[in-house]
Amino acid sequence: MDALVSQLFAGLSLGSVLLLAALGLALTFGQMGVINMAHGEFMMAGAYTAFVVQKVVADAGVSLLVSLVIGFLVGGLLGLLLEVTLISRMYHRPLDTLLVTFGVALVLQQLARDVFGAPNVDVRAPAWLSGAVQVLGVGVPRTRLFILALAVLAVVAMALALKLTPLGRRIRATVANRDLAETAGISTRATDRLTFFLGSGVAGVAGVALTLLGSIGPTLGTAYIVDAFLVVVVGGIGQLKGAVIAAFGLGLLQAGIEYSSTASIAKVLVFVIIVAFLQVRPQGLVAVRTRSLA
Amino acid sequence: MTRTTRTTRALAVSSGALVALLALSACGSRTDDEASGPSAEGSCVETDGDSVKIGFLNSLSGTMAISEQTVRDSLDLAAKEINAAGGVLGKQLTVVGEDGQSEPTVFAEKAEKLIKSDCVAAVFGGWTSSSRKAMLPVFEDNDALLFYPVQYEGLEASPNIFYTGATTNQQIIPGMDYLKEQGVTKVFLVGSDYVFPRTANKEIIAYAGANGIEIVGEEYAPLGHTDFSTIVTKLKGSGAQAVFNTLNGDSNVAFFKEYKNVGLTAETVPVVSVSIAEEEVGGIGVDNIVGQLTAWNYYQTVESPENEKFVAAFKAEYGDDRVTSDPMEAAYTSLYLWKGMVEKAKSFAVADVQAAADGVSFDAPEGTVTVNGDNHHIAKTALIGKIDADGLIYPVWESDGPIEPDPFLEGYEWAEGLS
Amino acid sequence: MSALWSNERARLLVGIGAAGLLLFVVAPNVLSDFRLNLLAKFICLAMVAVGIGLAWGRGGMLTLGQGVFFGLGGYLMAMHLKLADAGPDGVPDFMLLYGDGTVPAWWEPMRSPVVTILAILLLPAGLAALLGLAVFKRRVRGAYFAILSQALAAAFVILLIGQQKVTGGTNGLNGFRSFFGFSLADPVNKEMLYYIAAGTLLVMVLTVRLIMRSRYGELLVAVRDQENRVRFLGYDPALVKVLAYTVAALFAAIGGALFAPVVGIISPADVGVVPSIAFLVGVAIGGRATLLGPVIGSLAVSWAETSLSERFPSFWTYFLGGLFILVVAFLPDGLATVGRLRLGRRSSSDEPAGPDTSDEPAPADDEHDEATATAGRTA
Repeated sequence: MDALVSQLFAGLSLGSVLLLAALGLALTFGQMGVINMAHGEFMMAGAYTAFVVQKVVADAGVSLLVSLVIGFLVGGLLGLLLEVTLISRMYHRPLDTLLVTFGVALVLQQLARDVFGAPNVDVRAPAWLSGAVQVLGVGVPRTRLFILALAVLAVVAMALALKLTPLGRRIRATVANRDLAETAGISTRATDRLTFFLGSGVAGVAGVALTLLGSIGPTLGTAYIVDAFLVVVVGGIGQLKGAVIAAFGLGLLQAGIEYSSTASIAKVLVFVIIVAFLQVRPQGLVAVRTRSLA
Repeated sequence: MTRTTRTTRALAVSSGALVALLALSACGSRTDDEASGPSAEGSCVETDGDSVKIGFLNSLSGTMAISEQTVRDSLDLAAKEINAAGGVLGKQLTVVGEDGQSEPTVFAEKAEKLIKSDCVAAVFGGWTSSSRKAMLPVFEDNDALLFYPVQYEGLEASPNIFYTGATTNQQIIPGMDYLKEQGVTKVFLVGSDYVFPRTANKEIIAYAGANGIEIVGEEYAPLGHTDFSTIVTKLKGSGAQAVFNTLNGDSNVAFFKEYKNVGLTAETVPVVSVSIAEEEVGGIGVDNIVGQLTAWNYYQTVESPENEKFVAAFKAEYGDDRVTSDPMEAAYTSLYLWKGMVEKAKSFAVADVQAAADGVSFDAPEGTVTVNGDNHHIAKTALIGKIDADGLIYPVWESDGPIEPDPFLEGYEWAEGLS
Repeated sequence: MSALWSNERARLLVGIGAAGLLLFVVAPNVLSDFRLNLLAKFICLAMVAVGIGLAWGRGGMLTLGQGVFFGLGGYLMAMHLKLADAGPDGVPDFMLLYGDGTVPAWWEPMRSPVVTILAILLLPAGLAALLGLAVFKRRVRGAYFAILSQALAAAFVILLIGQQKVTGGTNGLNGFRSFFGFSLADPVNKEMLYYIAAGTLLVMVLTVRLIMRSRYGELLVAVRDQENRVRFLGYDPALVKVLAYTVAALFAAIGGALFAPVVGIISPADVGVVPSIAFLVGVAIGGRATLLGPVIGSLAVSWAETSLSERFPSFWTYFLGGLFILVVAFLPDGLATVGRLRLGRRSSSDEPAGPDTSDEPAPADDEHDEATATAGRTA
């Protein structure tokens, strides 16, 4: 029973990490069709932001909260820069964005290595996040609960923004039909930029959150990028709902298999299950109905 | 008509590019050939002049650069010191540096280049087991010398390689000896999923069986794995009194953060790590790992005149904020051991160096080390260390003098049938 | 028409002659043993590039998982070499060290050279065909396909590393002593390997040329540009894609199979996500949709990496990343376009370039007409 509950939490927690990593992608890839391989490096930038902020703000708790905000801005601005300089030229060539952003990822990694040094750096977790709390009889680390809460918060905020704000309406309109949106007076260029800013900003936030769990080094992003894309693909393009279900589903699946076998086997099996799943539902869990032929 | 010119031009462009490419690579090789002379057969090492070439082969790019750059730094330091003191047999060392790019195939390629094109007298470097395994046939086929400075999984003894890091009976087994002395009877094994942890754990399990220790769990994480909640959950529920940790690289950070977060501490369930040195402590975060144990043969805090000199020289060269670690010290030592062998043999020739190797010793920063001529490893003292709040590791236990290297564990009854 | 035909033939003959001269006469005489072996390694990587050029440049399938097929070929060959070194009924050294000292049943067939070669030619290609059928029939394409193929490479590597007892783990398989009875320590046999690799590459390029000019090649480009129209015309686009994907996998497997003895090692580091993307770099830079672009690009990138990275390891990463960004973003048809621009033959300059739109690189235009001509002639 204890094992079951703790594995449940392990799965939810892994799912929340995946969700944070994938949420920005759900926007940039899901809504705009841009395959941003540098998304992981935006996360890395967020993590290094937390490192730098902690140098300035000594208190670990304050610096974490400040980092979340600044991390969002750093990730967002990097994304904006990428959109304006490169991606804006390539909306009609989605596959090429993958390659270009892979080049960007290479450059950003090397940049981090040259600026911060190759060894990992450390960000201290605030005291109120250390240790575990008892939930249903098992100890759950506070950091994991924090990240779970952060992920839920990020999803809710983004969903509300898309649904209720004028910006959200513009984004949805542009995604649904670019030409019609343009005709209706929406500046699709400005919308694209904002969407990319938002999506990349969430990557920065994810990076800050990850400093609580793992290592902070130049290759931080590469550990998450493949998984994050899989979440979006499984979830289905164009819907946040799909990404949420997919992230938690994959997290629980990975944790469940890992508990009864090994981490390596779990990883391989999850990949196999995804490929098989896409045979059944190539459009992902939640699909937007369109009239397109594919 | 237009078509004809178009096709001709297209052909001209493409074949022109091919010619240019090959011309370039030809240029690249011609200079090497001049240095080596037309006959690449046999050794091409130049020893007539007043200098002799040696090769340093470490990953300066890719995932292993973090660790291997530090080894390169200490190799450079050793070369500089030796040259300042008059060189080897009166010849100055000329270092040819190469980047292994963290890829085994590149290590094999660059090793061959160093031997055949650069004609170095010996090569120093390598870190991962895969890089060493990839280079081994190159050194054996070309009858050249490699000095490998990192602790490894044992079960190897090539006549063309000198192993200056620990083999398992100088690191893993002392680590278990220490736990046994502390009265630990239940051990949990956690490691990265690759050759070193799997081999080490096989030996630990055999040791445990013969020494009344129960292995309550054995878990492997894929290299670069960052989510340890499941493994730590299993660990916590296993009733382990200690953990033997063979995780590699970034995984350690995630593991120790998780370990601390679920409320496990060095006091309740200590972790003995064999891949965490001074360099890594900062990246994991001292808070997360303070009080935990490590098994090595050298720490920056070892008290000896040789070590004081080494640490001071290293900091003078690379900055006060730098630390020294076991692989760095082993690399530094390897260059001096080679010097000792060459001077004993009075020759740079591979066969002479091999013949002279047995018994060559050096007062290394870790203490006096001696080369074993049979298996090409070196006798060294095992040190269990404790990570302190200042980020350094302080020895808390040491073996009775240097331990003779035994890469195939032939001297241990319980290890029978392991290799 | 006949003048065109003979010109076409002449061009082909001259091309083969020049390439053959360079590969078989110039290179072996100019390069030292070491450099020649290095060139052989680059050629093996270029084989993968030729296949990618076909699948991606002509077929629009961006495959981020060619490392899987490269690795399958390499490992199959390596298994045979290890078994051959161990002798009849012998056990490869690493299995004695890390395993239980017995050869698993699925290794046994690789003792036979014939079975090994058949396996290299059939297994990866068969896997690609199966996978392609499953994926393309369900109309998974574009980004989805790219990401799936990448996940496949990631899974493959984890599997290889985890099964150390039978795959050698991170160490991979290495330390081969002989190649079908020829000692690999002998430079003469290394040179023979080079000739085999160079010859194979030539054959592959010619094969792709044939494919590009066939009716099938036309169909492939049509599927890339307008899959639905092809479907309406009564073809099955999935089958068209599967064939190109299978050929690409076959080339990658052969490249891997030769890579193992040439380099002396095949390990997970050669087949994972990053090397799989690295295969694309040369193709993109050289010109994905052209015949020679992928080969020349791949060779040039390999050469540049070897000679630049040792001197400036960090500069090299910037250079590679930067070049990649610039070429893909601004010269989507690769550096092949630069030649065209200089010659003042830029076609339809107002249109955005790139295979995903209507603009076709000029060499492909040539082939368009010529292929039709050829088809008409043979019909």
